[in-house]
Amino acid sequence: MSALRNYTLRVWRQKNPKDKGAFAKYKATNISPDMSLLEMLDVINDRLIHDGKEPIAFESDCREGICGACSIVINGIPHGKERGTTACQLHMRHFASGETITLEPWRAKAFPMVKDLVVDRDAFERIQQAGGYVSVNTGSAPDAHSILVHKDDSDKAFDAAACIGCGACVAACKNASASLFVAAKISQLAHLPQGDPERKNRAKSMIMQMDKEGFGSCANTLECEAVCPKEISTRVIAEMNWEFIRASVD
Amino acid sequence: MAVKGNQSPDVFHRELGKIMWNDCGMARTESSLKRALEEIPKLRESFWNEVRVPGEVDELNPTLEKALRVADFLEFSQLVCQDALERQESCGGHFRQEYQTEDGEAKRDDANFCHVAAWEHQGEGQKPKRHQEELEFKEIALAQRSYK
Repeated sequence: MSALRNYTLRVWRQKNPKDKGAFAKYKATNISPDMSLLEMLDVINDRLIHDGKEPIAFESDCREGICGACSIVINGIPHGKERGTTACQLHMRHFASGETITLEPWRAKAFPMVKDLVVDRDAFERIQQAGGYVSVNTGSAPDAHSILVHKDDSDKAFDAAACIGCGACVAACKNASASLFVAAKISQLAHLPQGDPERKNRAKSMIMQMDKEGFGSCANTLECEAVCPKEISTRVIAEMNWEFIRASVD
Repeated sequence: MAVKGNQSPDVFHRELGKIMWNDCGMARTESSLKRALEEIPKLRESFWNEVRVPGEVDELNPTLEKALRVADFLEFSQLVCQDALERQESCGGHFRQEYQTEDGEAKRDDANFCHVAAWEHQGEGQKPKRHQEELEFKEIALAQRSYK
């Protein structure tokens, strides 16, 4: 077993949306470098509860990088500095012993504060509900080869479909734009014949809902692509813009 | 939340996990299950005396969510062990070490256990009531399955 490490945590604590909130410091002692960042927080929370203090609220579910629940800005970067990973896949071995680690929630007007490191990401759900689906008769499964899809298209659709809807793109963007997320959802279905019947309406409705939620506009800074744990390419944003124009002209 | 002990719900969850893994795992015996049935009520009692759930009821409270689940697990795990103890045969994922063939395969007892069982809650501290639904096979004859 590798030597245990010690850290200082600077964590955003905010009891509820009305509370002003502030950073609090915690000593994280005897932490295994094999732990993930979230497992380290589990240990800290166990100790806080033992001492009669309130644990740090944060979100997690699958803890294997596919659910999109974990959402922590680590040392200023959503999901931390490691590329292509979520906070739950970030291990303590990437932090030197003695380091101070700053943990903050996603910050965006469209993601209202709930508590500590937890924000309300329902805005994403409402954007999905506005058109991020295919209306089909689900009565029986068609034969796999009954609808032919070109390999290039299926690859592009799959790349976009890798989006887990975590919201890191919003948290990284200076405008708090949701463009990468919305574009991934639109692009995914725009490349598939199954998505074709509702294609125009989908592009318009999802973009309208995105604006209604109060997300900012895209300024092509590409911070979103840099922090995306699924490494979604900003190519999809160009596709979204094209889909929107296409839906508007005829 | 009124308990005000000093252990997080996770501590009890891990402890319960150890009991279940060791005594009600893939291979279980009458004695391991009986041991688990003694350990789980003790752990449940210490949970209700020593757990600590800080925070408020009307705000987001992940510790409370966890505590409610662990409280359920502490009841349900007892039922799982009870059911495994009653089913004196090996069948599917339920491998009772006492009931195996000479070459270590699961040995069913279709004469006595060719049924599914459902347990009815009889109130706190009461032994649940076991209901049986017989399995009837009309088209195929029951046989021992071999994975070799």
